[in-house]
Amino acid sequence: MNVEQAMEIRQQKILAALENKNTSVYFNDALDNQMVLNMGPQHPATHGVLRLLIKLDGETVAACVPELGYLHRGYEKLAENCSYHEFIPHTDRLDYLSPLMNNTAYVLAVEKLVGIEAPKRAQYIRVIISEMARISSHLLGIGALAMDVGALTVFTWSFREREKMYDIFELLTGARFTTSFTRVGGLAHDMTPDVITAVKEFFDQFPQKFNECITMLNTNRIFVERLDGVGIISREKAIAMGMSGPNLRAVGLECDLRRTQPYLVYNELDFNIPVLNDGDSLSRYYVRLNEVKESVKIILQCLEKMPQGPVHANEPKKVLPRKEQIYTRMEELIHDFMLINFGVNPPVGEVYHAVEASKGELGFYIQSRGEGHPWRLKIRSPSFMNLQSTPLLVEGGMISDIVAVLGSLDPVMGEADK
Amino acid sequence: MLTTVVDSLRSSLPDSILTVQEFRGETTVHVKKSSIVAVCTHLRDDAASQFDYCSDICGADAYTPENRFEVIYNLYSTALNHRIRVKTFVDESDMHCPSVTSVWPGANWPERETFDMYGVIFDGHNDLRRMYMPEEFEYHPLRKDFPMMGIPDSIPLPRK
Repeated sequence: MNVEQAMEIRQQKILAALENKNTSVYFNDALDNQMVLNMGPQHPATHGVLRLLIKLDGETVAACVPELGYLHRGYEKLAENCSYHEFIPHTDRLDYLSPLMNNTAYVLAVEKLVGIEAPKRAQYIRVIISEMARISSHLLGIGALAMDVGALTVFTWSFREREKMYDIFELLTGARFTTSFTRVGGLAHDMTPDVITAVKEFFDQFPQKFNECITMLNTNRIFVERLDGVGIISREKAIAMGMSGPNLRAVGLECDLRRTQPYLVYNELDFNIPVLNDGDSLSRYYVRLNEVKESVKIILQCLEKMPQGPVHANEPKKVLPRKEQIYTRMEELIHDFMLINFGVNPPVGEVYHAVEASKGELGFYIQSRGEGHPWRLKIRSPSFMNLQSTPLLVEGGMISDIVAVLGSLDPVMGEADK
Repeated sequence: MLTTVVDSLRSSLPDSILTVQEFRGETTVHVKKSSIVAVCTHLRDDAASQFDYCSDICGADAYTPENRFEVIYNLYSTALNHRIRVKTFVDESDMHCPSVTSVWPGANWPERETFDMYGVIFDGHNDLRRMYMPEEFEYHPLRKDFPMMGIPDSIPLPRK
């Protein structure tokens, strides 16, 4: 008898027992309150398709086992069969709340492997779009966290601001979510004056709107008490478990790759790194909130300091030429043909480059064998490593705190499942 | 080049290091598989290294007759702010590799992912299940001999 037949017989027995009026249900041990609860993969508080198996003792969480893989699309396998340029659109789908940040992180890793650097103007634009992506991602993180613990209005308010940002992204890249804006050695195209005006106009009104949002949360006693002291992790544990990003800075460690291992032009900009010491859900929320304010500062500085000039590195054999040049010049036509058909062909070697993405340390490890496509591409996704600590954070707490802890960890399953 | 780190590793574990390479300012240390836990413990505890943060662990398939698989450890030090990469080879005839979950508890999920994708069995890992693929899946999808299109019927569809 195979398993399916056995299951069927068992089910029939249960149905027969339920229909029999003489059956009565006995509890073997009335004090044994343990039960196993399945949360997700389709659950609004799991922010995607995370599945948690929770063992409950009354209302206390006795054990928690996260299950991943419901959004696994095999991007690492796909990358081995794509050229370096072809993989850029796939990075949009990793952390789908900040696609511009992923585009930037990926091309920085490829540029390190190839050994080229984008011009100054392109680097400033990359900082601007990364920080805008961070703001948009944190706005959703804060809004969804508030919604999970019962404050619905902030979610709609933060979405209104995100909508305005997506209009700017559409103006800049031609798409709201699937931006694919960066290129190896530069950008798809320059930031036009009307985009710069739109960014300036947006940030003229944004601080006040954002203050309205957070005032509503910070003065909301229910919201604060739902998060205060919930899901605490110690500093040593957080480091050992590989947490990163705002979650790591909420345990009192000033670890921000923008400061510790500066990339792009972050060392020319003046900004603070918000750090809090409690390591609970409320600190994680406050770190995100303060980071949004710092990001606004960074963007305003970039708009001021941004130089004029090209946005593509002068490396004709590595950087895709402009379309108008392909149609009018012979050299560029040849380079375009070679780049599209044979790829960038970086030297044999391997690099790991990590950036401080909105969720934490987003790293790309690339092994090259001198071919047009990577031999191996590993995505070090921050959400994956942050989710690893979920059992530590929720075990021993109440079942209702799980949604608060998950919301404050702010995972994105597109990135965790790759 | 992390000369102090490599020198201190060489002096305390001279037999375990195979090669040291540098590319684009990143140091890669090849070590013997049997001594990976000793190397990682040294890198974590040594005062000149202090690699307390395990950024990532991943596998790679070199597709060679010998030493086909690599296990790659990308490490970071939050105190000293430097990175190193440690590598070890796993042969196809012996897919076992010691687990470093005792050194960094955060190595748990990355090792499970490596097991899922390449079939490297981490000895000493107390929860070595598949990370992404279903438990009944028979193959390891990131191996180079696994076809890009997948294998038909390898994942059973649920009954209607």
